Amino acid sequence: MSQASEHRDLRLAEVEKTYGNGFTAVHPLDLVVPQGSFFALLGPSGCGKTTTLRMIAGLETPTAGRISIGANDITYDKPYRRPVNTVFQNYALFPHLSIADNVAFGLKQRGVKRPQAQVAAMLDLVELEGQGGKRPQQLSGGQQQRVALARALINQPEVLLLDEPLGALDLKLRRAMQLELKRIQTEVGLTFVHVTHDQEEAMTLADTIAVMSAGRVEQMGTPAELYENPRTTFVANFLGQSNLIRGRIVGEDTLAGAPVVKVDMQGTVVSIRRERAHVRQLSAGAGWVGIRPEKVVVAPAGEPIDVPGAAFTGGTVVDTSFIGVSTQYVIRTAWGEEIAAFEQNTGARAVLAPGTAVDFSWRPEFAFLLDADQDASAGISVEGEEA
Amino acid sequence: MRRSRMLPYWLLLPAGAWLVLFFLIPFLSLLATSLYDPNGSVLTGYQVTWHFQNFAHVITTYGAHLWRSFWWALIATALCLVLGYVLAYTIAFKTGRWKNITLVMVVAPFFTSFLIRTDAWKLILADHGWLVQGLQHLHLLGGDGRLLQTPFAAIAGLTYNFLPFAILPLYASIEKLDQRLVEAASDLYASPLRTFAKVTLPLTMPGVVSATLLTFIPAMGDYINAQLLGSTNDRVIGSDIQSLFTTTQDYASAGALSVILLAVILVLTMVYVRRAGTEELL
Repeated sequence: MSQASEHRDLRLAEVEKTYGNGFTAVHPLDLVVPQGSFFALLGPSGCGKTTTLRMIAGLETPTAGRISIGANDITYDKPYRRPVNTVFQNYALFPHLSIADNVAFGLKQRGVKRPQAQVAAMLDLVELEGQGGKRPQQLSGGQQQRVALARALINQPEVLLLDEPLGALDLKLRRAMQLELKRIQTEVGLTFVHVTHDQEEAMTLADTIAVMSAGRVEQMGTPAELYENPRTTFVANFLGQSNLIRGRIVGEDTLAGAPVVKVDMQGTVVSIRRERAHVRQLSAGAGWVGIRPEKVVVAPAGEPIDVPGAAFTGGTVVDTSFIGVSTQYVIRTAWGEEIAAFEQNTGARAVLAPGTAVDFSWRPEFAFLLDADQDASAGISVEGEEA
Repeated sequence: MRRSRMLPYWLLLPAGAWLVLFFLIPFLSLLATSLYDPNGSVLTGYQVTWHFQNFAHVITTYGAHLWRSFWWALIATALCLVLGYVLAYTIAFKTGRWKNITLVMVVAPFFTSFLIRTDAWKLILADHGWLVQGLQHLHLLGGDGRLLQTPFAAIAGLTYNFLPFAILPLYASIEKLDQRLVEAASDLYASPLRTFAKVTLPLTMPGVVSATLLTFIPAMGDYINAQLLGSTNDRVIGSDIQSLFTTTQDYASAGALSVILLAVILVLTMVYVRRAGTEELL
């Protein structure tokens, strides 16, 4: 392609989709997907991620906003005129055509007379060499998935869209295909936009994730950013698991030269770094103090805990699940709330039995602060439904 | 064990008996009739004399009519397929909650007799009817031009009468079409026309084949449309068979003609089904 050197980022500006019945599937949305990146749209079903993908593919027309690749505005281009191909959720392979003809379909439509060599090379890439003569119905789900991938990839689209491409596969095959997808993306260097409700899949594959909920992007960033510094309760719960503990903001301060927000949690004041406090008001009001379960450090009551600052005392273990690499505890705090703590089974100490009195704490740089008016259970049930 | 192995054959028996009784025996009897001595009559009786010349005789006498029947049926079938496809597609995907009502409308004409409906077309196509006069006003038809008793009227009648037989199997096929495949084709650079040729039509081919058979076979043997709407000069093979059997009582010729018609339809059908079934048509 002649514009190979130029920046061919996929850009969505104020893209919105409202249906005739008044339902808004996608609220004004801004996204930039850098050329060559692996981008994931993550969210529960009905969050607007598939609608967004279909608008990029041209299968839906936005109600407002612009979609462009590099300098080309493709908002209203017909799907067959876009440098975009899709791997559909159900694969949508043509049942009346052989595997080779399915893969060659796009090239033939663009007037390539002898696509055989390219088809063979593509079938090699997806490890289906020699299967070209078969019909889609004769292949397994995983093989069909790879045909769908080959059929899209062979066209060298500027953007490859993947609509829950691994959703129909069983867990083991899904993990294998994830690695495969990542390998192929690195190999071909195309821009991938991947839609999924599986947070683990998104984290494994993507350079950048946009977490969507109810037609809006909740937060966008690298998997580590989203996980370590979630900005909303939805992200905190949908990506992994979080303890959200209610606290009262008491003011700002500096700790070791860094600005922090002080939060009173049931009598214990904790410091949360300024850049991890996603609240409207930094000086007063209520907030959710968030901490990931694996960041919570537990010790039998009275024993020293190797983290700076004060520890919470008076906790009790109410549940212990030993799951091999780690042990998951549910701890009832002194003020009666239950929090989760995951501990690596390093063998340094025996597993704590339910009923054990414990103290717990965490390193202050791992906590985050969210607005108290957000639902603390947002993003929890939705993931459970679909997993 | 033994009983259950025989069971399928017992279940096949009624259908098999039906076929033997109402198809095989009449067919053999027709075959015998086609080989009667042509000099037989109701008074002197008929005899199977293996008189193969009957076939040569009817082909030379009625060949042109057979040819006409073929062409009329072919044109009517083509029209039924085009109209039927568009209608079936519309019913399947564009009518929304009116789908069932439109389907009822397709079969509603069957509540009136075939003969009456065909006869009613005489009124529509009549020389002083609104259609002819309207066309004359628009100079699409000459001042003394007419529609009734022309091949146009006969073919229009055939098309009208057999259209539901095209729509229903087409609808059954088109309705099952997975719209996601249409989207996939469009995503893979196929324009709407290419998508139709490469995906929609091949996937609905079973409907097209049944629609063709259900339209062409009866249209080729039909004589009602030709008699009521066509010209008396444009005879079709069905009229010949009918008059040979009932008016002239030339059973030998009537039988030979029937066998020829049957053979022609059979061969055409087999060639068509084979082509449509194994090759990409476009």
